[in-house]
Amino acid sequence: MNPKLSNRIAITTLYVIASLIVLILAALLGYIIISGLPALSWHFLTSPARAFTSGGGIGIQLFNSFYLLILTMLISFPIALGAGIFLNEYAKQNWVTSLVRTSIEILSSLPSVVVGLFGFLIFVVRFNFGFSILSGAFALTFFNLPLLTRSIEEALAAVPDEQREGGLALGLSKWETVTHIIVPAALPTILTGVILSAGRIFGEAAALIFTAGQSAPALDFGDWNPFNISSPLNPMRPAETLAVHIWKINSEGIMPDAKAISSGASAVLVISVLAFNLLARFIGRRLFKRFTAG
Amino acid sequence: MNSKLQKQLLKRSKAAKIERLGKGVSFLALMLIVLTVFAIIIFVTSKGLSTFFSNHVNVIDFLTGKNWNPNVTNAKGQPEVGALPMITGSFVVTILSALLATPFAIGTAIFMTEISPQRGARILQPVTELLVGIPSVVYGFIGLTVVVPAVRAVFGGSGFGILSGTFVLFVMILPTVTSMSVDALHSVPRYYREAALALGATQWQTIYKVVLRAATPGMLTAIVFGMARAFGEALAVQMVIGNAALLPTSLVSPASTLTSVLTTGIGNTVMGSMQNNALWSLALVLLIMSLIFNLIIRLIGRRGAITK
Amino acid sequence: MLINPASTHQDDLWLERHIVDPSQDNRQPIILETKQLHVYYGDNEAIYEGDLKFAEHQISALIGPSGSGKSTFLRSLNRMNDGVARVAGQILYRGVDINRPEIDVYEMRRRIGMVFQRPNPFSKSIYDNITFALKRRGVTDKKTLDEVVETSLKQAAIWDEVKDQLNKSALALSGGQQQRLCIARAIAVKPDILLLDEPASALDPVSTGKLEETLTALKSNYTIIIVTHNMQQAARISDYTAFFNMGRALEYDKTSQIFTSPKVQLTNNYVAGDFG
Repeated sequence: MNPKLSNRIAITTLYVIASLIVLILAALLGYIIISGLPALSWHFLTSPARAFTSGGGIGIQLFNSFYLLILTMLISFPIALGAGIFLNEYAKQNWVTSLVRTSIEILSSLPSVVVGLFGFLIFVVRFNFGFSILSGAFALTFFNLPLLTRSIEEALAAVPDEQREGGLALGLSKWETVTHIIVPAALPTILTGVILSAGRIFGEAAALIFTAGQSAPALDFGDWNPFNISSPLNPMRPAETLAVHIWKINSEGIMPDAKAISSGASAVLVISVLAFNLLARFIGRRLFKRFTAG
Repeated sequence: MNSKLQKQLLKRSKAAKIERLGKGVSFLALMLIVLTVFAIIIFVTSKGLSTFFSNHVNVIDFLTGKNWNPNVTNAKGQPEVGALPMITGSFVVTILSALLATPFAIGTAIFMTEISPQRGARILQPVTELLVGIPSVVYGFIGLTVVVPAVRAVFGGSGFGILSGTFVLFVMILPTVTSMSVDALHSVPRYYREAALALGATQWQTIYKVVLRAATPGMLTAIVFGMARAFGEALAVQMVIGNAALLPTSLVSPASTLTSVLTTGIGNTVMGSMQNNALWSLALVLLIMSLIFNLIIRLIGRRGAITK
Repeated sequence: MLINPASTHQDDLWLERHIVDPSQDNRQPIILETKQLHVYYGDNEAIYEGDLKFAEHQISALIGPSGSGKSTFLRSLNRMNDGVARVAGQILYRGVDINRPEIDVYEMRRRIGMVFQRPNPFSKSIYDNITFALKRRGVTDKKTLDEVVETSLKQAAIWDEVKDQLNKSALALSGGQQQRLCIARAIAVKPDILLLDEPASALDPVSTGKLEETLTALKSNYTIIIVTHNMQQAARISDYTAFFNMGRALEYDKTSQIFTSPKVQLTNNYVAGDFG
C-alpha cells in the first residue's frame, strides 16, 4: 500500500477510536443521569431505605458514605503525609527505601476485595469491632494510603530545592522547613490529590461489604452523642454506604423499585464523584494562583 | 579558642531536637504502611493455607479440580473444592477484556499525544479521568441493566456470563491503560519524531515504526496494569457474570471468578469452617496473582530501562 | 588513580600560589579560617584544598571560572553541603572547628547565614518571610518582631519600597526586591557572617547596583563572603579577593592588588579576560 494512503487510513482510524471513547463516556454519563434523575428528590435523598416496599430513600446510606469518607481521611491523611515527607525528604537511595517503595506499590495494586477481607479478619473478627464504621474506615485507609502517599510525595517533590535551602540557611531544621515552608507551598497539589482520592473512597464498595457491613440501622438524627447506639456519629455501628447499597439491592434486593433506587443512587454517586473531580481542579487552580501571585 | 562559643555550638538546639522527633515520626508513618503490607500478606497466606494444612486438601486437587462444592465430600472423603472454574473465569475475563481494551487504549493514547494534542488535553484527558472516577458498582449496575439484556437479546440465554463481564471490564480498564499509555508516549523524546519526519516518513510511519517501538515497554506495563485491575475487580464482575461455579463452556453461559465467589461466599460461611477456609484459599490465589502482576511490571520496567 | 592533594600542592613547583593572611595588613581579627579543606562528591574530589582566612567586617569575593569550586567552597563554610558532599578538614569559626559532627548545625547556620543564586522567598507575606525563623526560635512578642522587620528591611535597603505592603506575598516582588528581601530575612536572625552565592546573577543591572550598595552598607555589621562571576562586581565591592581555579584557591590578596598587579600568572589571565 502506498505510504500516503496507509497514513490517511491509520489517522482516520485513530480519529474513530478517540471519538468512540468520548461517545462511551457520554453514553455512560447520559444513561446514569437520565435514568437516575427521575428518582432524585429531597425525599429520596433524606429518607431511610425500605426493605420490602417501594418508596424508600438513601438518606442513611448517603450520610454513612460521607461519615466514612471523613473518618478515613482523618486517619489516613496524617499517615500519608508523614510517609510522603519521609520518602521525599529523608529517604536515602538504599535497599530499605526500595523495599518500602515495593511495599507501597504492592498495596496499591492489591484487589480491594483482598484489602476488605484483611480488614474483616483483623478489625471485625480479631479486634472485635464488628461490622462497623471504624472497621470500614481502617480498611479504606489501607486502600487509600498508597495512592495518597504517592501523590503527597509528588507534590512535595515539585517544590523547588531553593525553598529548602532557604529554610536550612536560616538555621531551621529540615523538619521545620518541610512542615512550615514546603508543605504549605505544595498545598494546592496535595489538596487536589486528597480530593481525587476522596472520590475513589466515596465510590468504593468491595473493601466495605465485609468491614462496614451491609446493613443500615435506623439513625436518630437528633442524637449526636457518638456513644449512643442510634447516634449517626457512633463509629461502632454497622454502616452500609451508598456504593454498597447499590451492589446489595442489585444482588439480593427484593424491594419492587430496586431498579429505580439503583438508578437514583448511581446518579448521586456519579454526580458526587464528578463534583469531587471538579472541586479538585478548581481548588488546584485557585490556590495555585493565590500562592504564586497573591 | 573561644570556649563560650564552643559551648553554645555544641549544645543541642531546639531545632536539632525537633528534627530528630519529626524524622522519627515520619519514619514511623512510613513503617506503618510497610507493616500493613506484610500483615496482609502474612494473614491472608496463613488463612489461605489452612485448607491444605488443617483440612488436608491436596493443592493440585484444589487448583485443577473442576467441582466447587465445599459442603459435599467426594469419593476420597475430601470436600470438593476444585477452584479451576473460578481461576479459569478470572483469567478468561481478564485476558479478553485486555485484548479488547488494548487497541482502543493505545489508539486513543496515540491520538492524544501524536495526532491532536490540543483535543487530547482538552477533551480526552478529562474524559479518561472521569471514566477512572466512576465507581465500580455503577459499572456493575449499568452492566446489569444494559449489557446483560443486550447480550441476552443477541445471543440468547440469560445474558449473564463471561461476555458481559468482559464488556464491563473493558470499559473499566480502558481509562487506566489509556492514561498510562499516554505517559509512555510522552516519555519518547521529541527528536525521535523529528528525526523520522525529517527522513521523509509519513506521520503514521513515524508513529508505527519509531514512537510505538520506543514506547513498547511503557505500553506493556500499561496493559499488565489493566489486567491486574481486571483480575482483582470484584463487584462489577460479580453483578454480571452469573455466579455459577462451573467451568465455563461458552462465553454467554453463567460463570464465576475468584472475586465473585469471594464476595458472595464470605458472608454466608462461618469463620474457621471448611467452607470458609476454602474461600480464603481463593483469596490467597488472588493475592499471589496480584504479586505476580507486580513482578511482571517490574521485569518489564527493568528491561525497558536497559534498552533505552 | 587518586591524587594525594597534600603532596601535589607542595611539590608541584609549576603551580604558583599566593595567599595572604588578612590579619597581617589589617587590624581586623580573623573570623573564619579553613584548614586543609577537601570536598568530595562520591570519589571525585571537587576541592583539593582551600586554606583561606577571612577577616571580620570585610567583604571577601571568591572569583574564578565556572567549575572552579568557588561555590562548593562557599557552601561548605556553613555546611550546606552536608548530605550532598563529604567535606574533610577544619573550618574554624572564631577558633571553633565547626566541621565536626558534634556541632549543632542549626545554631551554627543561624550565625553563618546564606543567600542564594536565585531569590528564594517563601510563599508567605513579606512580614512572615522575615519573622518566620524568629518565631520558630520562640520569639513571639509582636513589638520585637515589628522592630526586627523594620531594621532588617532597612539594613537590606528595601524598607522604603515595601513598608506599606508588608502583608503582601513576597512572591509578588520583583527579582531584585526578592533578593534584597532574602538578605533581610538572613540578617533578621542576627548572623555573624553572611555567605552569598552569586546573589546578583539572576538580576538586571539596576537591581544589581542596588544590591551592591546594600552589601557595602552591611559591611560595618557583618562579615561578608560573596561568590561572583562578575569581576567588576568583585572589584567594586570587595576588600579581599580569592581567585579559584580547578578546585584550588590560587591567589588571595587585597582586591586592589588582585585586579591591578596579580602575582599569579593564571589570575592575571583570568582578570584580563583571557579565559573563564
